[in-house]
Amino acid sequence: MSQTATSAQRRKRFKPPLWVYKLASPAYFDHLAGRIIPWLLFPGLVLLSIGLVWGLAFAPADYQQGDSFRIIYVHVPTAALSMAIYMAMAITAAISLIWRMRLAAIISRNCAPIGAACTFLALATGSLWGKPMWGTWWVWDARLTSELILLFLYLGYMALHDAFEDPEVGSRAASILALVGVINIPIIHYSVEWWHTLHQGATLFKFAKPSIDPSMLWPLLVMLLAFALLSAANVLMRSRNDVLERRLQPDDD
Amino acid sequence: MQFSNWQEFLAMGGYAPFVWSAFALTLITLGIVLVIPVRRERQLRRQLQRLERLHEQENSQ
Amino acid sequence: MTSARRRRLFMVMSVVFASGVAVALTTYALRQHINLFFAPSQVLAGEAPVDRVIRVGGLVVPGSISRDQETLQVSFEIADNIAAIRVSYSGILPDLFREGQGIVARGTLGPDYHIQAQEVLARHDEEYMPPEVADALKRTSMAHDGY
Repeated sequence: MSQTATSAQRRKRFKPPLWVYKLASPAYFDHLAGRIIPWLLFPGLVLLSIGLVWGLAFAPADYQQGDSFRIIYVHVPTAALSMAIYMAMAITAAISLIWRMRLAAIISRNCAPIGAACTFLALATGSLWGKPMWGTWWVWDARLTSELILLFLYLGYMALHDAFEDPEVGSRAASILALVGVINIPIIHYSVEWWHTLHQGATLFKFAKPSIDPSMLWPLLVMLLAFALLSAANVLMRSRNDVLERRLQPDDD
Repeated sequence: MQFSNWQEFLAMGGYAPFVWSAFALTLITLGIVLVIPVRRERQLRRQLQRLERLHEQENSQ
Repeated sequence: MTSARRRRLFMVMSVVFASGVAVALTTYALRQHINLFFAPSQVLAGEAPVDRVIRVGGLVVPGSISRDQETLQVSFEIADNIAAIRVSYSGILPDLFREGQGIVARGTLGPDYHIQAQEVLARHDEEYMPPEVADALKRTSMAHDGY
């Protein structure tokens, strides 16, 4: 008796706010995304141009690595976002599993290609940096290997998503894979502390002060923000397209 | 400005192949990933318009 | 939250937790294989297998580099805070190779704790600064050391 009473109370208390319901409406999401996207896309493109010129021409060369150090301006932002986007993908996947919210599933699915692109770029630019500095394109150390696993998680997520006749089933299976892969994120981040690796420790994302001169740090932060804004814009654009596509399907009306 | 002329800038202290290919690869990938949803949206909006016009014609007849 | 949602929330958390435990146990069991290299002190403590290809990583001991004038043959010591071992190598060294630099050598460990390296890779730390700042830092530290 008392059990049903409390659960009824709880149901009342946990009622989501109105905007959550509104987001489920395709027309409202189209309108909202249309207003947000320009505010992400254009500042992103402006910051990218500033960051590129700043990093390539105005930031000083490194005392040890010379101008090869400038690869940091594309390597660190793509590597950081490859992990941040994975977390966004996993969290929206969890929301779509628990609350069966279609929009969360759409956003989760569209994080994957952007995250995969960032992971690929982090690996490729890292390789192009590793050859002149370390003396090798690739080494199977914990940092590089776990980042490669991240790429396969993204690719597996996308493949699993499309592997089923029923897209709902594909979405659920892929969401579970995204959750299983979450453990890889702390492994990537702490790999350089937990094991002996060729890759050096963190410069930016640590509790201590960043170990990079301010004249080199600022362009890096500009590039990081540019990549974050452009990735967010991209995920929203793709999600809006999926919502638009649903409106085109006659059985959905 | 860290470089005194264009040749020096392009040479990147001898690391030109590595630095320029890293930046080029990043920009090309970013461009491709960004153009795909823009083009798809244009296509979808055109289809939506066609569908709406079809509905209007049906309603007016 | 409805009971169905609570059940699904529990399921989501168990998936994350279970995969976390599984991976944590696996990486713990394999930790020695995940390490890319042995430290010189580990080699001297007999933790590294003899007569097999291994990697050893440490800092190049200043003053220990001896180069052959005719060939690319080079020999140097690498050390951690505790121990040092000698590495011989023939080939082109990475740009970052210098005294005090972290390097990782891959090669066979001889019975005299001497590494015949087939490959030498350079490590660098996570500190980045312009040459002027590095020079200024060097000067102040030298002043402190009484040079």
